[in-house]
Amino acid sequence: MRRFVLGYLLPRIVQWAVVIFIGVTVTFIIPRLSPNDPVEKQVAELMASGAHISPQAVIEMRAALTEMYGLKGSSWEQYFGFWGRLFRGDMGPSLSTFPTPVTALIVRAMPWTLGLLLTAVLISWALGNVLGAFASYYPKSRIMGVIDVLSQAVRPIPYYVMALVMLIMFAYVVRIFPFSGAYPPGTHVEFTPQFILTVLKHSALPALSLVILGMGGWFLGMKSLTSNIISEDYVVYAETAGLRENNILFNYIIRNALLPQITGLALQLGSIFSGALIMEVVFGYPGMGTLTLQAVMGNDYSLIMGIAIFSIIGVATSVLILDLIYPLFDPRVRHQ
Amino acid sequence: MLKIVSDLLKHDTRFRIAAVFLLAVLILIALTAVSPYDPTRTFKVPADIPPSLKYPFGTNSRGQDLFWWMAFALRNSLLLGLLTAAVSRVIAILVGLTAGYRGGLVDRVLMSVNDSFVVMPVLPVLILLSFLLRGQMNIPLLALILGLCGWPGDARLIRAQVLSLKERSFTRTAVYSGSTPLNISLNEHLPFVLPVVFATTIANMLWSIGMEVTLSVLGLSNVSLPTIGTAIYWANQHQALVAGIWWWLAAPIICAMVLFLGLYLLFSSVNEYIDPRTRLRLMGG
Amino acid sequence: MVLLTVENLRAYYRTEMYGISRTVRAVDGVSLELQRNEIYGVAGESSCGKTTLIKVIAGAIKPPLKVEEGRVHYQFGAFDVDMLRISADDLRSNVRWKEISYVMQGSMSVLNPVRRVITTFEDIVATHQGYTDKKAFLTQVQEHVSKLGLPPDVLNLYPHQLSGGMRQRVAIALATIFHPSLIIADEPTTALDVVVQRGVLQMLKDIQAESGNTVLLVTHDLAVHANVADRVAIMYAGRLVEEAPTQLIFNAPRHPYTQHLIHSLPMIGDKSPRASLGGRPPNLANPPSGCRFHPRCPHAMDVCRGQAPEMVKLTGGQRVACHLVTQ
Repeated sequence: MRRFVLGYLLPRIVQWAVVIFIGVTVTFIIPRLSPNDPVEKQVAELMASGAHISPQAVIEMRAALTEMYGLKGSSWEQYFGFWGRLFRGDMGPSLSTFPTPVTALIVRAMPWTLGLLLTAVLISWALGNVLGAFASYYPKSRIMGVIDVLSQAVRPIPYYVMALVMLIMFAYVVRIFPFSGAYPPGTHVEFTPQFILTVLKHSALPALSLVILGMGGWFLGMKSLTSNIISEDYVVYAETAGLRENNILFNYIIRNALLPQITGLALQLGSIFSGALIMEVVFGYPGMGTLTLQAVMGNDYSLIMGIAIFSIIGVATSVLILDLIYPLFDPRVRHQ
Repeated sequence: MLKIVSDLLKHDTRFRIAAVFLLAVLILIALTAVSPYDPTRTFKVPADIPPSLKYPFGTNSRGQDLFWWMAFALRNSLLLGLLTAAVSRVIAILVGLTAGYRGGLVDRVLMSVNDSFVVMPVLPVLILLSFLLRGQMNIPLLALILGLCGWPGDARLIRAQVLSLKERSFTRTAVYSGSTPLNISLNEHLPFVLPVVFATTIANMLWSIGMEVTLSVLGLSNVSLPTIGTAIYWANQHQALVAGIWWWLAAPIICAMVLFLGLYLLFSSVNEYIDPRTRLRLMGG
Repeated sequence: MVLLTVENLRAYYRTEMYGISRTVRAVDGVSLELQRNEIYGVAGESSCGKTTLIKVIAGAIKPPLKVEEGRVHYQFGAFDVDMLRISADDLRSNVRWKEISYVMQGSMSVLNPVRRVITTFEDIVATHQGYTDKKAFLTQVQEHVSKLGLPPDVLNLYPHQLSGGMRQRVAIALATIFHPSLIIADEPTTALDVVVQRGVLQMLKDIQAESGNTVLLVTHDLAVHANVADRVAIMYAGRLVEEAPTQLIFNAPRHPYTQHLIHSLPMIGDKSPRASLGGRPPNLANPPSGCRFHPRCPHAMDVCRGQAPEMVKLTGGQRVACHLVTQ
């Protein structure tokens, strides 16, 4: 047990910390490399709006903004102050919706994204893998052949283009699904069945797009993995021993092939997350993606920073969780 | 090399499709040399004309001929893809060779950084970057930035390759005869590493062009420069769908699909041809 | 009493890709007979076709392997089986594991890495026989396993927790669970150290002596054959070149290839250098004409190039396929 903790758990926790450290540091450095000074920009905007402000007020405003942006003091002071505020959950105020704290905005949008991600990822991963294994084990199946071709066709298409195509096809040409949003504007957010149904209807398209794109990848990967595993000794043995095909497929092949796929999922989480953000933008879904768009449109750089940091922490933690789940599936890691 | 191409052309449908697609793209790109319009100018032709013989892709609301616009867009996007691939290959090779050959602490540190980049969702960070550099964004700069994000996966592959090469006898011979590590890495190991590099180049290109589309659509790049992404950006700005100017969106989407599918099919058919294991698998019935 | 008759078996691998088709003639005209209550050894270099022969005998024929010609006929006492025509279902319910079982090459890795050892036993018994009382089944398996010298708690472990030798024994335990008439052992001792090898071979011998079944033992290691086999057959390039009781093969080999094999075995006390045969085993996609051994045979004659020699019966139960003998 101790060896497991030291050999397996500890390195991964350390890696998690490293990712967050690097991510947050990069996010910290980037804005400071830019020639644009947000404080001056804000002040300039304010002055350009025509309101009359006394020079004294401008100076005070500058000081307040600098403080708020965490730009006070030397770079090192800023850096440590940054971390300090992060630990307290303070990511500063949003500019476009001043003075709402960035954290509040993110917390509001996050559950939507989480819901979308969880369902889409689970479905596409599970379905894609099972179908991929089937396709490899029963190579003559026509349906699997079709899925294979479709998956290959869909694979290289970037999330955005896919989302656009789906939008055009299903909301414009054939109007099954609503155009945007997660619920019609003006509806109350509550947990009635009616509301949930509306939400489902609205989230169907982004979820569907994510699933289609994702499933293709897992399908192809699993298919190739499975064909390697089929020639493994223990599968050949099971076949020679005359075990039933379904038994072999599920207990011998899929159980083993899933292991690298779990690792693969952990590695892909970053890009799947990015994909979800894009989907949200296209479909106007009120999650972190739309929040990002709003931030970009509104020149709200503290919101963008907040989103970036939050995404990094979120994805890194999810990867860690996956890493911790893996030993449950692979006894070779559990028992040394 | 020629034999590979002819073999594939004869037997692999995917390769044939890829060849057709990519040829179309290349022809279109070559045509940009004789374009009658400067793509950054607007209102050169009557606006909002649907596709016809005179304007094969139609024109957009900004008075630009979409056919020529997409030709430039394809050129820029492909250029971006190649540049990014070049930058990230170089970094990946450097990191992979060093980590693989030196091992120990250097290796662990490099791999830790590597894994961090793999796990990190790059989009939010990229959005942050592009947001700040909005005014000054152009193709080489974007290529540089994307290249800095795209190296991790391949660095690991290269490192794995180097690790196995290290144990082979020719490496030991080189060491004993006094070659410096740099020499060994560059002259002995690099040739083995190159096939891996090629295999991942196209994947990398696909990724970077896709990223560009995403960033441009959000308005985070130089929007007067024609690329596939900016085409969609402008279409959205002018509410192309609502206004019924569907060809404004159709053109970039179709071009994007052709480019992507072409590259991907090329990549997977060549890969399968080269990899002896897939060949064996295909023989199994 | 005859258990298995193989008559004129030809089994080829046919592949076609990127416009190139290739036929590998792995088994090209093999005839033999297995008796009950014997250990029959098959020896030969790598890629001489032994594994393909076994696959066909065991009924594991999957593309690109195809049986072109020949007969594989079993007489199990209660019923007969034509291996080349039997249905998959029939094979599974009546023959596989109950009459014919297989100890594979590389038994190190025949167990499912992510499940405990006992599950493989469960799977096999459930498929071929079924069991109702889980507890009784468990005790039965434990008994069987301990009789073979394995500690019963082996069943609850994962394969990677067992040593190579133990895994090999588990494989043998799995193969004998139904006390089959024929046990096919493909390189059962390769990759094991000599001490473990001895244990495994002893186990096989004991099982055979106790149940009186037939063991078909395939290995390139002649020392193993000398130790264990009653009769030995030598294969070369997809054909049988000689077959005889063990003593005869080692003391009086008639085929040049066999002679060479025997003479190349190290003997304690004999320090003379061993000669090696020139050349390499032939490419089975493009084998030599006539007798396949003629390019490397020190006694090759003109007839050897043109005509393949037939198997002839000599005294003492020995068979040889060589023009030297038929002259």
